[in-house]
Amino acid sequence: MRAVHDEFHGDLLEVSMGPQHPSTHGVFRMVVTLDGEQIVKLKPVFGYLHRNHEKIAESTSYLSSMPYTDRLDYLCSMSNNWAYALAVEKLGGLTVPDRAQYLRVIMAELTRLVNHSCLVGFLFNDLGTSFTPLLYAFREREKILDLFESLSGSRMMCNYQRFGGCRVDPPPAWLAAASALVDNFPRFLDEYETMLTGNEIMLARTQGIGPMGAAQAINAGITGPCLRATGVDYDLRKVDAYGFYPRFNFRVPLGAHGDTYDRYMMRILEMRESVKILQQAFRELPAGPIMDPKAKLRGFRPKVGEAYGRLEGPKGELGFYLISDGSTNPWRYRVRPPSLINLTLLEELCLGRTIADAVVILGSIDIVLGEVDR
Amino acid sequence: MSNLTPPFSPGASPQDEPRRSPAGEGGPAAGNISDSEREDLRQHGILLTSLEELYGWGRSNSIWPLQFGLACCAIEMIAAATARFDIARFGAEIFRPSPRQADLMIVSGTVTKKMAPLVVRLWNQMPEPKYCIAMGACAISGGPFKQGYNVLKGIDRLIPVDIYIPGCPPRPEALLHGLTELQAKIRAEHVSGPQAARHLQADSASEFPIPDYGAHDLEPPHNPDLFKPPASPRAEGLKN
Repeated sequence: MRAVHDEFHGDLLEVSMGPQHPSTHGVFRMVVTLDGEQIVKLKPVFGYLHRNHEKIAESTSYLSSMPYTDRLDYLCSMSNNWAYALAVEKLGGLTVPDRAQYLRVIMAELTRLVNHSCLVGFLFNDLGTSFTPLLYAFREREKILDLFESLSGSRMMCNYQRFGGCRVDPPPAWLAAASALVDNFPRFLDEYETMLTGNEIMLARTQGIGPMGAAQAINAGITGPCLRATGVDYDLRKVDAYGFYPRFNFRVPLGAHGDTYDRYMMRILEMRESVKILQQAFRELPAGPIMDPKAKLRGFRPKVGEAYGRLEGPKGELGFYLISDGSTNPWRYRVRPPSLINLTLLEELCLGRTIADAVVILGSIDIVLGEVDR
Repeated sequence: MSNLTPPFSPGASPQDEPRRSPAGEGGPAAGNISDSEREDLRQHGILLTSLEELYGWGRSNSIWPLQFGLACCAIEMIAAATARFDIARFGAEIFRPSPRQADLMIVSGTVTKKMAPLVVRLWNQMPEPKYCIAMGACAISGGPFKQGYNVLKGIDRLIPVDIYIPGCPPRPEALLHGLTELQAKIRAEHVSGPQAARHLQADSASEFPIPDYGAHDLEPPHNPDLFKPPASPRAEGLKN
């Protein structure tokens, strides 16, 4: 914290929020220049969790990079696995059996439920309702993590997808338990919304706060729920039609104002759509193999070339760009992290607002530092 | 009277019982009463304790952790605080955002070289008595990211660690187990004498030098008082 002088504003105060700060969602640091309580300048500082993900992946085999992708965005390991598998499958020309495609959709949508329920919990933490909404959100998260654990052996770091399919075939009892959980999930959403969505303080603190324009969002490369909150109909599940998503009936919820409230509602509505996708997937799940017989996991050497695999992660477009030189390691491995790119508009959204609003805006953008810094 | 328990009575679980003095040693207040006699008296609602035991029991059941998450393990730390695992059962639910109010630093995640000086600074800002838990493989040794150029290979190179919890990430139950181990360690601490707790000894360090984030590495890369690099058999062989 130090005093700075500005010839237009007079005496200002520069405050360093983070990297140890309860509301920065990890080790993120914002250097905020304040005029009274209003933000005049906001400088994000990254790199406190830069753990060399990309460099390590360039020196390990294609298969060994899969567990590292779990730790990228540590709330959504299943989606990260799938995005990486998509890139490697393009590189190696692998196909995925039908059952594995359905399983991937199931895992990705369960992950979306985990991520979004955690997000709305943390958002209310940032709004000042300390911890109680988070308890409800984590209650639901634990139920899904139990399913992940019984299937893959780990709660958070599932390491479940493989290029060419999936690692374990869920037994019928697992599918029954998962289906029952999904059928009950809307009750949690109803309970949550009854308590919180119409709350007067919540409306005052989020409506009109940090509005993002559609052109502004497209210009900055924002993707995911933040982009759709501005009214732009862009969802990779529809646009790219990867996996078996074209077989599913679901709507893409769109916002109108792009403010914090719309970003919050996007998450709630997306969870409701995810439940529909999951119910359909459990109904239609075919029998069959879960791995491409051509897939060779150990000593996998794709042809020389490059590939970009992307999917609609819970936070936005998650992409993996791989260049192969024909050896067992990728020559270049690059992640397109939605968290980092969605963060680029943070200063513009926060200027002129109070510091308490900056906390809420950051919470509604939904970042995970493992993905921002990699 | 026998079913009434004084407010400072140990609970029903064995881990909450006060520390027993080792046989033959004769702790400060346990006097000449044996453990079985004490247990006999406890059955009648009479609790004998020493100030040291009472102090240790009180401290071990009100550990306030620093609200400080580094990476993936922080999510499991939050999960340990939520309803299912409920760290409040162990008296450690009050996560303080300020190091000035915290007793316990849970280093939950990968410590990068950019973050390491700040972790040491937070540790220095915490008042004594203070304890440190290294949660997860990254905090212990660098874990899966050990080969990375920007990852500190274990927080015990810079600050003293009391409890190590392996796992990637450890389950919330593992964190709770680590916490109960720490509680046992706190209860076993003496308040005086040559075996007094670390923070009561006049010559024990409370603050540690903060390394610089240098151009290539931390400077110094580790605290030589705390961490000795393992001896290299090859170097030893060359010397001989």
